[in-house]
Amino acid sequence: MHPAIQGLLTIAIGVSGCIGYFYLSNQVLDKILFPARGPNAGRNINRANMIRPWLFLFPALAALGLYLAYPVVETLRLSLTERVPGGGYEWVGLDNYAQMVAEPKFWEAIRNNMLWLIVVPALSTAFGLLVAQLTDRIRWGNIAKSLIFMPMAISFVGASVIWKLVYDTRPVEQDQIGMLNALYLFFGGSEPQNWLTIPLWNNFFLMIVLVWIQTGFAMVILSAALRGIPEETIEAAILDGASPFQIFFKIKVPQIKTTILVVWTTITITVLKVFDIVFAMTNGQWETQVLANYMFDKLFRANDWGVGSASAMVIMLLVTPILVWNVRNARKEME
Amino acid sequence: MSEIAGTRPALRWAVHASVLFLVVLWVVPTLGLFISSFRTADQIATSGWWRAIFPSEQNLTLRSAAPDTQVQENGLYVIEGNLFDAGTKARISKWGVSSREFDAFEPGQTAELRKGGTITVQANGDYRMENSEEFTGSRGTRVFVTAELPPEFTLDNYHKVLLAEDSTDSMAKAFFNTLTVTIPATIIPILVAAFAAYALAWMDFPGRALLIAAVVGLLVVPLQLALIPLLKFHLNIGIGKGYLGVWLAHTGFGLPLAIYLLRNYMAGLPRDLIENARVDGATEFQIFTKLILPLSFPALASFAIFQFLWTWNDLLVAKVFLIDASGETTVMTNRIVELLGTRGGNWEILATAAFVSIAVPLAVFFAMQKYLVRGLLAGSVK
Repeated sequence: MHPAIQGLLTIAIGVSGCIGYFYLSNQVLDKILFPARGPNAGRNINRANMIRPWLFLFPALAALGLYLAYPVVETLRLSLTERVPGGGYEWVGLDNYAQMVAEPKFWEAIRNNMLWLIVVPALSTAFGLLVAQLTDRIRWGNIAKSLIFMPMAISFVGASVIWKLVYDTRPVEQDQIGMLNALYLFFGGSEPQNWLTIPLWNNFFLMIVLVWIQTGFAMVILSAALRGIPEETIEAAILDGASPFQIFFKIKVPQIKTTILVVWTTITITVLKVFDIVFAMTNGQWETQVLANYMFDKLFRANDWGVGSASAMVIMLLVTPILVWNVRNARKEME
Repeated sequence: MSEIAGTRPALRWAVHASVLFLVVLWVVPTLGLFISSFRTADQIATSGWWRAIFPSEQNLTLRSAAPDTQVQENGLYVIEGNLFDAGTKARISKWGVSSREFDAFEPGQTAELRKGGTITVQANGDYRMENSEEFTGSRGTRVFVTAELPPEFTLDNYHKVLLAEDSTDSMAKAFFNTLTVTIPATIIPILVAAFAAYALAWMDFPGRALLIAAVVGLLVVPLQLALIPLLKFHLNIGIGKGYLGVWLAHTGFGLPLAIYLLRNYMAGLPRDLIENARVDGATEFQIFTKLILPLSFPALASFAIFQFLWTWNDLLVAKVFLIDASGETTVMTNRIVELLGTRGGNWEILATAAFVSIAVPLAVFFAMQKYLVRGLLAGSVK
């Protein structure tokens, strides 16, 4: 069967299945199990209303449990076991973790991830804030914002191709076709550089790609926050003779502190999961390994599920503080 | 109110200039790839894409028509024609008749040919060769010119990438595979999440607050953790690697955001509306389908865009749950990564393939930006 027809069929089955499930289960509940008539009508209505939420929730909860909650537990288990040749698993305790921390590649990934975690959220938020502030009151601000926001729609892989062309290197006697080398030579560089193979610095060239993508996100959120600042506070500052820079740093920024924090943490999570960019541009060579790509390497190239799962748990561990913080904030907000 | 960008002209210009600078910085990389996708392999390899927008001066080796086209005029043997292909609008600035002399003559001047006779070349490429004896040989004479060529763009790359039947560079199949992954993976989670979001927003039951907190927690769980356990699960229940698996996976991974966005939106709908409907005897199912769903359209659209962009642009989930050894079910992102590996130097193919894959999300982005922004604002956990 042609995949397109299969796809259409799946949409039809999926959609009618969902609607059918919700419709029928409600019918069964109201008409058969607890009909709202007869001697127990009142009690039946109450019972039906107790069960109904779970009917609505069931498919979502099942999917969430199976596709997100269960894997966390299962990955933890896998990280503590080793596959035995011929099938089955063997409990090995923390051996996988020990093996992992003994590998220099792992520490390289940790070091690079730390760099990513500092540089990308900081630069994206700073640029986002800068653009949000600068475009706030100019007439073509919306067009400018829209163009800076655009990379959000581009895949990490597409962005990698875009930037690989920017970083391209040709031999010294030829015309450079990569913009960076062309600029470098124009401003007096001696010979074209292989930007992606210079250890340590190449990490920053990869980070630029993510900053380029994420700045739009930061800008959109921060721009809305800036507009939400009460005008009176700014008017008061102007009357008191504050300079534009003072207004920005002393009046505006403190008032949107929480939003800045939200943007920062959201980008942090994206950074922890970053895989495609490194995979497509360097595949972890020349000391650009990061945790997510290290994990992919272990799982699908070395076929070592134990160490792969252990490194996945490290990513989970790094996300956990943000997870806890988010949940606490959400609960506070609901009260 | 007197604003920052309004009080002092110098500052105002600085603001405009820096915004312009940032916009250019952000747009130029994409523009480079876009322009490259319309250039031939030779053009890309020999000059930066930024030169493509201006006329370029090049040294070309051209050839006159062969001697068998010569005609006799007043006792002279004459060959006439134009050095360029039909349709080329180049201007010759200097020319010569040996490979060491690209600049020996001005347009309109006449040169002696080594094998006898003369040639006159005009700026537009018209030439006239005259000889008192017959021109011999099977091929025309070579002319070396320095010419200014207008910007030249071609659609050949797109033809090759999209339409070529047997080409190994073809993206057509991957394009349809990507669509096949994306559409069900966008629609199904919306439905599942909408029902759950309604229950979490408007039904009272024990444990509701806990469930909402759990959804917020699951929002940030890295999907890396899910790869091996779920692949194992899919293999065990017989789905294996394939479309069904990738649809299910995308549904699962998209649900937390979907539920979160939709619940927040639905919780903000006016309470009277729902309670009046309840009093009027509408069942919960009716309230949901007739009232809540239509009213939640903006939130549904926001999530649909997110999920569409995310599934279209995804590489990891497709690699793990969809693409098997046969490669029949490859998606565009994966094809591009393969091209990066095997055809790393073939920028014309790479640029075009990348642009084919980028074009659809960009179109969605510019058409539905309003909903995307709204979704972002609602979706970032406050």
